[in-house]
Order: sequence, then structure tokens, then C-alpha cells
Amino acid sequence: MVALTPISRKPVSFYVPVVAAAGAVAGLFVGTANGSGLLGILIGAVIMGALAFVLTQIVKNEQISRWATIVALGIVGFLMGGIPAMLIGAAFGWFFSWFSFWLYEGRYRAKIPPYLTPGQVLWHYAFRVICGAIFVFLITPILVVMPLSFNAENFFTFTPEMLRFDPAGYSLKHYQDFFNSSDWQGAVWNSLKIAPAATLLSVSFGTLAAIGLSQPHVPFRRAIMAVLISPMIVPLIISAAGMYFFYSRVGLQGTTLGVILAHAALGIPFVIITVTATLVGFDRSLTRAAANMGANPVTTFFRVQMPLILPGVISGGLFAFITSFDEVVVVLFVGSAGQKTLPWQMFTGLREQISPTILAVATILVGISICLLTVVELLRRRSERLRGMSPG
Amino acid sequence: MKFTTTLLASSAIVGAGTLAFADAHGNMAKEMTLVSWGGAYQSSQDKAYVQPYLEMNEGVTAVWDESSAEAVAKLRAMNEAGNITWDLVDVVAADAIRLCDEGLAMEIDADEMLAAAPDGTSASDDFGDLLVSDCFIPQIVYSTTFGYRTDMVGDTPPTKICDVFDLEAYPGKRALEKRPINNMEWALLCDGVAKDEVYDVLATPEGQEKALAKLDTIKDNVIWWSAGADTPQLLADGEVVMGSTYNGRLFSVIEEQKQPVAMLWDAQVFDLDGWIIPAGLSDERLARVKDFVKFATDTQRLADQSQYISYGPARLSSAPMVGKHADLGIEMAPHMPTDPANAENTFLYNYEFWADYRDDIDAKFQAWLAQ
Repeated sequence: MVALTPISRKPVSFYVPVVAAAGAVAGLFVGTANGSGLLGILIGAVIMGALAFVLTQIVKNEQISRWATIVALGIVGFLMGGIPAMLIGAAFGWFFSWFSFWLYEGRYRAKIPPYLTPGQVLWHYAFRVICGAIFVFLITPILVVMPLSFNAENFFTFTPEMLRFDPAGYSLKHYQDFFNSSDWQGAVWNSLKIAPAATLLSVSFGTLAAIGLSQPHVPFRRAIMAVLISPMIVPLIISAAGMYFFYSRVGLQGTTLGVILAHAALGIPFVIITVTATLVGFDRSLTRAAANMGANPVTTFFRVQMPLILPGVISGGLFAFITSFDEVVVVLFVGSAGQKTLPWQMFTGLREQISPTILAVATILVGISICLLTVVELLRRRSERLRGMSPG
Repeated sequence: MKFTTTLLASSAIVGAGTLAFADAHGNMAKEMTLVSWGGAYQSSQDKAYVQPYLEMNEGVTAVWDESSAEAVAKLRAMNEAGNITWDLVDVVAADAIRLCDEGLAMEIDADEMLAAAPDGTSASDDFGDLLVSDCFIPQIVYSTTFGYRTDMVGDTPPTKICDVFDLEAYPGKRALEKRPINNMEWALLCDGVAKDEVYDVLATPEGQEKALAKLDTIKDNVIWWSAGADTPQLLADGEVVMGSTYNGRLFSVIEEQKQPVAMLWDAQVFDLDGWIIPAGLSDERLARVKDFVKFATDTQRLADQSQYISYGPARLSSAPMVGKHADLGIEMAPHMPTDPANAENTFLYNYEFWADYRDDIDAKFQAWLAQ
């Protein structure tokens, strides 16, 4: 992209305070970790403000100042907290030297339209920072779990060995425990039995219900819809208690079939909602055309209607699967020890024995979810490309 | 009605293969659901008597359910629904007393149902005072006591329970259980109340205020725990200087995980844990459970359990047979709460008192916590 905007150097009174403010934020984190947040803010602001001034006004060469800052802050970090802090210090050094020159030379204006007011420029970058912060806030808890699952000890603790990157501090024993323990393997097996079966039931019933309820001539459509969707709205614990007493009467409590039916009931609303949404865009004259050409309703459904509403069915099915796979409350009531699912095992494991095996399982599950979502997204793009809906 | 019939019909078709349950071969059920606490304790039970029992009785299977923490509530629900799915439930003595009073646990005759000691002493004499309820089959004596970080207490490690309340000598956070039981007693002991008067004082509103006032002095430095695994984690993290938990958990932290933690046995509170049989089992299931319980609570089996966890066997006749830890090879006797060196100053938990006052004091304690 061509630089549309003339770039000019900025006055010290502008960029030094901004770098100092960023330094205060960094100082808050370092300070909190070392016992005093306020002191950290103060020191961070002063050091980074001074650094920005020295680099841009005295050193002036960006290359030299970048390497000097990285090395200097790396050493400070090492003195404060060993190798991990050194890496963090070096990262800070890289960022602040780049940030100082970026502001000083006015490069932040380069790739945005020239007619923006300073306020709009500020919002342009503030918006990106806020989005990034939200992303970090959501993702950090998941990322923290991963290194901890390789802990050589049986606690949720970053040991000094781990922080020194000493190989002795890491081990695969929690993964070994997961694959060798009959409890965990049984739980995985139960989950893999229950979730697909429940998904299949929810998808079949949910799709049929959505198609039926989208016919204008069905009486009490809204009331029936409300009843079918209620498992999503009623607090889970109430559905669970109700199911427990009802299933006990009819002999389904404590059976795999009971858990499957209960999870199917929880998954149906998701399928109904997504399929109903896709049916809104479905052209009814297509079914009439198919009938006109001699297809019976079943053929029409599978050959004409189903392919068109398939995206809704699949995403509903995905939700139904995740609902069953993640569910712990209903299975605690409706299942018995023989139907212990993965979430149940994690729940009791976390309560009775805080063991990093749970973290190992969590890491594996996160990996599987990432693969699953990637595959689904790739398939979606491929089908869109084949249908010519997207230029890519 | 139509809905029920449809449901049953469809379940018969879909689920014919999944409903594999105890068939009535012979007169004993082939499957048992055992309820316990999970973790190291459940695994000690599994190794000491469940696996040996299954080996002796081919074709029998046992399923564990880690639900002892909510056993009372779940048994009430099962009773209400008329569908008892548990065969044998491991509970603390206080819960056993409640379940027995409510008629949810079966009353037992110790001498008829439990094995006699090897020297012929009857089971009721062998268990002695530990048979605190007509429904309760004791297995172990455990204690709730304190552990502290050896590297965070300076040169003078704590030796007395009152060191927990001494913020000057031992600054830092403490982990205490999020319920009044034990905490109120310790608070009164350290507020100058004599040991044998603690429950008399605690029965009065002034006494309860006094205990809460003492706890108030450290409230800002307390992390409240609710699961037995919390304190070991907090100690290993160095988040707390000291914390209360079950002595077996501390043994695991110290000896198995090799953390810099030591025991503070002073004023440890003894409690009991054992089996109850839910009321209303079918004859076949009851016959199987009785057969299992007789085996699992005999002198040898209770002594075997102490190879895996540092809880004292509930039978007098098992005590001399306590040996070495199965994996670590260290003598287990010095780690037992009942060992004379550890039991110099112990505190006896009063079941009747807490049965009478629990709801009242619980409410006050929770209100105090929320302040």
C-alpha cells in the first residue's frame, strides 16, 4: 500500500508521555508480580519515558537502539527472575524501542487515510488494543493449562525447575496416567458412546421438528416451539432433578440409554433453532416443483430440502455434540457410576484429588477441538468455493 | 400416558443391547456399586480389599462412584425416587448417624455380620467404642490436623495449635475448612478455654461469639477450603504457611510428593470413616454386600489398608499388624494419627453436640464469613 499520508516527526511532548503510559501498564504487571503495583507503575512510567527520550533524541539510530534495549532489559530481567524473566525483559525491550520510534517518526499515520482526525486515529489503534486485550483475556487461561500439564510434580504449580526450563521439571507422566488409567479410559469410552448417539437423536428429532413447525398450517406452533426449546431456558439443575425422578420411575435411571435420551433432549433445542433459521431462506416452491416432477415427500426431503438446509443441520449437530460431551449436571443425576463420562471424571477428580492429569486431558481436548473446528472451517470454505459463493 | 408408552417402546428397541445388569445367577448379585471419596483413600480401599475380593470371586464386578461428599443428599433422592443404585457407601461417622436416624441406612448386628478377630474376640469388642451408630461399620480413624511449610516458618517451627492464631510469629496465609466444625473448637482452645469445657462453652451463644471473635483475629489471612485436596495444593504452591486437612493428605504431600511440609499434630481432631449399607436393597444385592463387607472389614484387610495410606485401622486387633508402606517401604506406624508420639494432645470430636447444634452454628458461621 502506498503511504498516502505525509509522515512527519512528532514533538517530544507527544510521544514521551505515550511511551511512559505504556511503560506504566508494563510496570503494573512487573510490580504486581514483585509485591507493589503502584511502585511498578511509577518506575515503569519513568524508565520507559526516559528510554524513549534517550533512544530518539540521543542515540537516534533505530537498529542500534533496538538491540541495546533488548540486551539491557534482558539483563535486568535475568537479574530479577532468571531465564523466563530474561525472555520477558527482552520482549519488552524489543517492543518499547519499536514503539518509541514508531511514534517519534509518525509511522502510525502511514497506513490509514489522511483525512482522519487525531481522535479517529487514536480510536483506530485503541480499538485494536481493546480487541487484543479481550483476546488475551479469553485465551490466557487455556494457554496456562498447557505447560502445567507437563509438570513433573503432582500439583498445579510452576516449579522452579519448570521456570528454569530444566528438562527435569517436565514430564509426560500425567499423559501416561491418562492413557493407563482404567477410570479415565472408561470415561472417554462412555463419552464417545453417549455423545454421538445423543447427537444423532437430537439431529433427527430436531430437524423433523423444525421442518414440521415451519409449516404454516400446524396449529399451536409457537406453543410447541416454546416447549421444545424449554430445556435450553430452564435451569439445568431443574431439568436434571426432574429427569432423575421421571427416569427412576420408568427404569431408565442409571442406564446408558437414559443418559443418551437426557442429552438428546438437551441438544434438540440447538438443532431446532439452527435448522429453523436456515429454513427461513428455503424456497418452498422447490418442494412443489419436485412434487410436480413426480418425487414423493421422502425423496423430496433427501434430494432437495436436506442438501439446502445441511449447514444448519451440521452446526446444530455440532452444538448438540458439544452439549452432550461437556455436560456434567444431568449425567450426575441420570447416570450412575457405570456411565461416568469425561466431564464427570474431571469434576470428581478436581474436587477430590487436584491432579495435573486433568490438565493433560484438558490439553488433549483443546487440541482435538482445534482440529475439529479447523476441519469444519476448511470444509465450509471448500463447499463455498465449489458453489462459487466466495471469490477465494 | 401415551408418551410414556412410546418412550418405553422406543427404549426397548434402541436399548436392548445397552441394558446389561445384574442377572440373578445364584443368589448373589454379580455387580456392586461402591461409593467412596476418590483419590488416594479410594485407591487404598481398592488395593487392600476390593481387588483381592474380585480375584477370589470370579465374575463379580465392582464399580466405584466418587460421591461420598454428597452421599446424604443423594441417598435421600434415591429413597424418594424408590431407586437405590448404590450397594455400599463410605461416609464419615456424622453422616452415618444422620442416615441411620432418617432410616436411609440399614441397621446391622456387628457380631453377626462382621468377622471376629483372629484370637476370637467378637467384632463388637474389637471395634469397641468406634461403633458410634447402629448402622455404621468403621474402617479407619483419621484426623484433621495442620501441616506447615518448613521453609516459611523461620527457625522456630510451630508446635502448638495456637501458633495458627499467632500472626506475629508466623505471618502469612492459613488454610482452614469452610465450615464451623473443628475451627470453632480450635478457636476456643486458643482463647483459654479448657479442653473438657469446649463443648459446654460452644453450646452457649456467648461461647459461639467468643469463638468467632477469635477466628476474626486471623480472618483476613485465611483461605477457606472445601475439598481435601485444596490444602495440599496451597501448601505445595507456597500460597499458605499452614493449613488444616486430613492427615493422610499431608502424609502424601510430605512422603510421596517430597514437598517441604511438616505435620503439626497438636490438638488433632479424631474422626471415623466407614461403610453403611443403604436400606432397601434387594435380597441378592444384600447377600453380595454382606459377603463383601465381612471380608473387607476383617482384621487382616484393615491392616493391609494402612500399607497404602496413613489412616489408623478401626479394629484393635489390626493395630499390631500395621507394617510398611507398600511402595515407599517406610514404617507406617509413626505416621498414624493414633501413634503415641503424635497423639500426645488430641481432641475428641463430639458427634452428639454437632448433631444438635450444627444447623444453628452453621448459619452463624456463614453469616460471619459473609461480613
